[in-house]
Amino acid sequence: MENKEQTVEEEILINFEKKIENGDSIEPKDKMPDGYRRHLIRQISQHAHSEVIGMQPESNWITRAPTLRAKQILLAKIQDEGGHGLYLYGAAETLGISRSELIEQLHTGKAKYSNIFNYPVLTWADIGAIGWLVDGAAIVNQVSLQRTSYGPYSRAMVRICKEESFHQRQGYEIMAKMMAGTKEQQEMAQDAMNRWWWPSLMMFGPHDSSSPHSGNAFKWKIKRHSNDELRHKFIDKTVQQAQVIGLKIPDKDLKWNEKNGHYEHGAINWYEFHKVIAGNGPCNKQRMEHHIKVHNEGKWVREAAEAHRLKKERQN
Amino acid sequence: MTEQSLYNYCLRMGDNALILSYRLSEWCSNGPMLEEDLALTNFALDMIGRAQAILKYASELQGGVKTEDDLAYRRSEREYYNNLITELPNGDFAQTIVRQLFISAFEFYFFTELQKSNNATLLAIAVKTLKEVKYHLMHATDWVIRLGDGTTESHKRMQDAINYLWMFTGELFEMDLIDTTLIEKGIGVDLMLLQPKWHRHIQQVMYDATLQLPEEGFMQTGSRKGIHTEYLGHILSEMQYLQRTYPDAIW
Ligand SMILES: [Fe+2]
Ligand SMILES: [Fe+2]
Ligand SMILES: [Fe+2]
Repeated sequence: MENKEQTVEEEILINFEKKIENGDSIEPKDKMPDGYRRHLIRQISQHAHSEVIGMQPESNWITRAPTLRAKQILLAKIQDEGGHGLYLYGAAETLGISRSELIEQLHTGKAKYSNIFNYPVLTWADIGAIGWLVDGAAIVNQVSLQRTSYGPYSRAMVRICKEESFHQRQGYEIMAKMMAGTKEQQEMAQDAMNRWWWPSLMMFGPHDSSSPHSGNAFKWKIKRHSNDELRHKFIDKTVQQAQVIGLKIPDKDLKWNEKNGHYEHGAINWYEFHKVIAGNGPCNKQRMEHHIKVHNEGKWVREAAEAHRLKKERQN
Repeated sequence: MTEQSLYNYCLRMGDNALILSYRLSEWCSNGPMLEEDLALTNFALDMIGRAQAILKYASELQGGVKTEDDLAYRRSEREYYNNLITELPNGDFAQTIVRQLFISAFEFYFFTELQKSNNATLLAIAVKTLKEVKYHLMHATDWVIRLGDGTTESHKRMQDAINYLWMFTGELFEMDLIDTTLIEKGIGVDLMLLQPKWHRHIQQVMYDATLQLPEEGFMQTGSRKGIHTEYLGHILSEMQYLQRTYPDAIW
């Protein structure tokens, strides 16, 4: 009996691995190993929560956006991020977990969101830096995920990437305008660059030599490129963009490596990275408390909508 | 006379869109569910677009010396002409939704009429705006019914919001010399004719939502003369902060 069950399990695994090897996408109705499902739920929900929590720092500047056009662009961008959150919650739901369970996991600290949103957005230039650097870093990662093995996740990424590249361009445009502006604007832009550069590099996660989850993620083709590969890709494109508008990269050890055709960056402060992950960043508490508060304040609305729906159902 | 009236009329319409969009945009990352966050942000976006188009026209009427951004970001409290109801704080979701119903229903009838304007720019703006307003109205109506006829708590919150906001609805229909001048020229809308239609519409929604309109009573007034609630000054100091702090900057 025990043996037979094991063969069923094994068979699932063999079929699954064959599909992965052939490069077929895995769909919700396909049988998949538990570990694969768990890994995906963790990763997709973390991604969804990041989109949603990421709305907070940017919405901090909506009411202060300096022109009608700037306000329109910012609002539309944040709205896109919320939309990304929706597709990704949808993708996670195909794995047999509900949005309310996912939100519960976020509130209890079981699920995480991207560390980058635990930094404060202090000036208007930060809005530019976020679009350019944070969305820019996110794109590098997401482009690579367009070919991830789980179908709904990969399709969500394809949709998301199109919008992210707009965000990146719009953020860069803000920085470029400020660098072409008054001395105060230039200083504001450089200051934002100084504060957002290193946290953006940290978005790619630990160095390959110390990344805990990558084994299965690679084998199952969830992850297609390593943290360091992606980080380098980001640095290479961003350094050039910074130079074009006259921004300095706040890394005195940054240098061009003739041999491999990449930039080499200075040491990343992993102490800070782990401190922020552990909940001790400047805004961790604020972001989570805000999400919980808003969720609780909205409870009566969700309950009323449900009560109304049930009333109508009974009438029909 | 007509030019000046038209300019003022545009400020009124533009400021209504601008200030309400400001309030709606405050819902971003504060909605009771993600879908509603996005819906309210979307309305805000429609209204910024509308404000931009109307203020741009206003600036052209004055020879283009000031841009639409100058009009939005460099005028002071007493130079704003939006209705008081648009600047009130959002309150809870019930208050925001009731406000939206009152305003969207008004805008539905207003822009329907403005489509008959013999001013080509206003006519074009009316046609475009009406499409958006129809959607805002439908969305607000759905929510008013759902929350009015939802739970005891939601019903009470809705009724409280209606009771509070009602005194700000009279102002929507106030007319002065600007209106009469523009009506005579076939440019503006006769707000007096809209009021009974609006009232019947709202009454019907209240009936469907098991809610009640207050008895006719005292109505707030002031915005046609640029006299506002205390809230507007705070909106402007936040909205205009960068333009005022860095007057030479280009954003
Ligand atoms: Fe993002
Ligand atoms: Fe996104
Ligand atoms: Fe984005």
